[in-house]
Amino acid sequence: MESVVLLSRLQFAFTIMFHYIFPPLTIGLGIIIAYLETRYYLTKKPMFAIACQFWTRIFVLNFAIGVASGIVMEFQFGTNWASYSRFVGDVFGSALAAEGIFAFFLESGFLAVVAFGRKKVRSGFYLFSVYMVALGSVFSAVWIVVANSWQQTPAGHHIVDILRPGTLADGSAGMVPWVVDGIVQRRAEILNFVEMVFNPSSVQRLSHVLLGCVAVGAFFVLSVTAYYILKGKHRDFAQASLQGALILGLLSSLGLAVNGHTQAQQVYKNQPAKLAAFEGHFETGRADLNIIGWPNAAEERIDFGIGIPGGLSFMVFDDLTFSKKVVGLDRFKPEDRPPLIIPYLSWRAMVGIGGLMIVICSLGLFFNYRKTLAQKGWLLWAFVFGIGFVMVANQSGWIAAEVGRQPWTVHPPVVWDSSGSDLELGADGFYQYDERLGLRTVNSVSVAVSPAEAKSSLILFTILYLALAAVWILVLDRKIRQGPEPVHQPEGDVEEGYRKATIDRQHARLDHGDRQGGAA
Amino acid sequence: MSSEILCIIWFILLNVLLIGYAILDGFDLGVGILHPFVAREDTERRLVMNSIGPLWDGNEVWLVTFGGALFAMFPNAYASIFSAFYLPFVLLLFALIFRAVSLEFRSKRLSTGWRSFWDIIFFTGSTLAALLFGVAVGTLMQGLEISELGDYRGSFLDMVTVFSVLVGLFTVALLAMHGSIFLYMKTEGNLQQRLLVWMKGTFYVFLALFIVVTLWSTLLVPASLQHFGDYPLLWVVPLLNLLAIANIPRAISQHRPFYAFISSCCTIAALVFLFSAAIFPDLLPASNNPEYSITIFNAASSVLTQKIGLIIVAIGMPLVLSYTVLIYWTFRGKVELGADSY
Repeated sequence: MESVVLLSRLQFAFTIMFHYIFPPLTIGLGIIIAYLETRYYLTKKPMFAIACQFWTRIFVLNFAIGVASGIVMEFQFGTNWASYSRFVGDVFGSALAAEGIFAFFLESGFLAVVAFGRKKVRSGFYLFSVYMVALGSVFSAVWIVVANSWQQTPAGHHIVDILRPGTLADGSAGMVPWVVDGIVQRRAEILNFVEMVFNPSSVQRLSHVLLGCVAVGAFFVLSVTAYYILKGKHRDFAQASLQGALILGLLSSLGLAVNGHTQAQQVYKNQPAKLAAFEGHFETGRADLNIIGWPNAAEERIDFGIGIPGGLSFMVFDDLTFSKKVVGLDRFKPEDRPPLIIPYLSWRAMVGIGGLMIVICSLGLFFNYRKTLAQKGWLLWAFVFGIGFVMVANQSGWIAAEVGRQPWTVHPPVVWDSSGSDLELGADGFYQYDERLGLRTVNSVSVAVSPAEAKSSLILFTILYLALAAVWILVLDRKIRQGPEPVHQPEGDVEEGYRKATIDRQHARLDHGDRQGGAA
Repeated sequence: MSSEILCIIWFILLNVLLIGYAILDGFDLGVGILHPFVAREDTERRLVMNSIGPLWDGNEVWLVTFGGALFAMFPNAYASIFSAFYLPFVLLLFALIFRAVSLEFRSKRLSTGWRSFWDIIFFTGSTLAALLFGVAVGTLMQGLEISELGDYRGSFLDMVTVFSVLVGLFTVALLAMHGSIFLYMKTEGNLQQRLLVWMKGTFYVFLALFIVVTLWSTLLVPASLQHFGDYPLLWVVPLLNLLAIANIPRAISQHRPFYAFISSCCTIAALVFLFSAAIFPDLLPASNNPEYSITIFNAASSVLTQKIGLIIVAIGMPLVLSYTVLIYWTFRGKVELGADSY
């Protein structure tokens, strides 16, 4: 069983990380395209039309792979995590179904107009479609982050015995708890949909995710435009996009920092073991803030650490005395602790890159204001490669959040003592999670899946996704090197070849009033 | 509303989603199956691909929503079916990925090798997806050996029977026919003339397999007619289905492809209905012990979740239908190649 757990975790991690390359790009670019289309609609300047067409084609390319790799995620809850699905379906499933109905239909429907319909619909409707695609992609983030946040900080539900028809104690027929092999089967059932949606972490986490997506969009645009400026190509196009992207990049990075700070405080309140793993904080008490270091789980200390004494006390409580008590990993039984090294390092990667994002956007805006940005080759190159780091920061944030949630798939509630400064501890000095109110990762996998099956699918996904990633980069690179193309104006558009022939026939047919067979 | 009525409502709604998916993505997959055979050179291949260009993505969402609804409303069935069909569903995901990326990547380079490669991937993905959907349906009709908790006990090879493979091939033929009628409506000239031959050819293959699968399931799969004795009204569906099937060649020979298309849509709807009627009230019949079968009643979510789901459907479905109509209306008529095409 253990090997299926590990293989399924690896597969989920790998497939979700691959998938998560694309949604931030489409959400971020979608918002930027909506802005550019609005400017085009209002001003009719060809510059905006060129920019819209260029970014839209890249958007469509990313969207298709995002959709294809997204279905994999929905299927995997059932294929690899059947026990989890039975436990959470009543609560978690609604959010996924809502995502399908409210978000995916909206974005995929209007994407067709955005991708293929510029000449088929009126410009006002085209603009509306662009908005709807952007809205749909934001909605999809809403529902999936709600579902994930419920796993982290469950609310609006209760955990009950599953009832099946049977014989009651008095001998009459009725509903009785379903017992298999002596174990009463239990699951989460919804009590209050609104409380489930607005569980303690969903709003903060959703804001963080969306800001991260906007940052990816902004840095993607920055990367491409900085490259054009360095190569002296498409100057007007690049210059026009650059400033907006710099402002957007700075605002989103600052937003991420502010939101991230409050979110960390929320994590401490609801998942203190996770925050302790992020910070490598072992001993309950005044907590230092490690800037760098290497966590040593066996010795329960940070090796080679450089830190700010009392810094974590300040961060968690906004405590200016730098001395308040912070619960550490020592409050948790070894089997209840999250892994250490991955959350510790990925947390630092995210925060560190986030800080650098603020710095380079500020520098970019400063030099742009002084009109000397084009001469700052080093900074432009930093922008060209910056998108890779921003992607890493997005992924790291998720890695920290999900590995830090271990060993649970559904995190049980945490009870603080009356003073609110420490956990309610058991007689053995450790915090006692109520096992019945959560679900452990080891108990979440599919019983029907054999290690051989899990291994083959993992290998196949690895090969397929690496190949796809290579082709995607190849195609994307060509698109960027080709650069934006002049847009044909409808009036001056010279129709030629097959297309002209098709259209001519179409007109001829319509002239004859023969519309048969065209109604699909 | 009592829990039982809600379970039945959700079973019907899941069927609606499944029928919607089978009809809409059905012609996409059919177009993919026919693609290498009906299109002779690059422009024709592009026309064939672009006929579904703006549509396939939205059509696939019906499957995603079906999966989400099954997860939400019948979590035990979702968990047991998806984990039982582990390898087939992984392959199905690959097939759907192949289809999606081949559409997206093919036109990005001019070289013949590049384009032929993605043509092969497009055909493979579409055909494999259709085949696997059919195999899954055939397997579910026969039932699986599952534990009391609903976990599948066999291996991948145990579920590959002659019957399930036959239903798989039948599905490929059905969708190829459905796709050929769709393509006929969307094309013109030589390509359309060739499709006339393909429409007839795929129809007869479909018909032959339909007869074999129908006989096999009525004679050898006990579930298939289990409710027909109690509810004779059900016989209306197979009779209407026969009329729809008979109408396909008639409409084709009368050069009314739209009627043929509607007929094949009805056939698909009837077949999905008959499949659901065969296994009702099960979602996953247990072949080893009927008591272990996962039914729409013992797999259901709580009443509150079912009601919340109905509210979501009541708000969402009218929106979904209006986008669908809007998109099909925008992209009506013959397919043409433009600057934004694949």
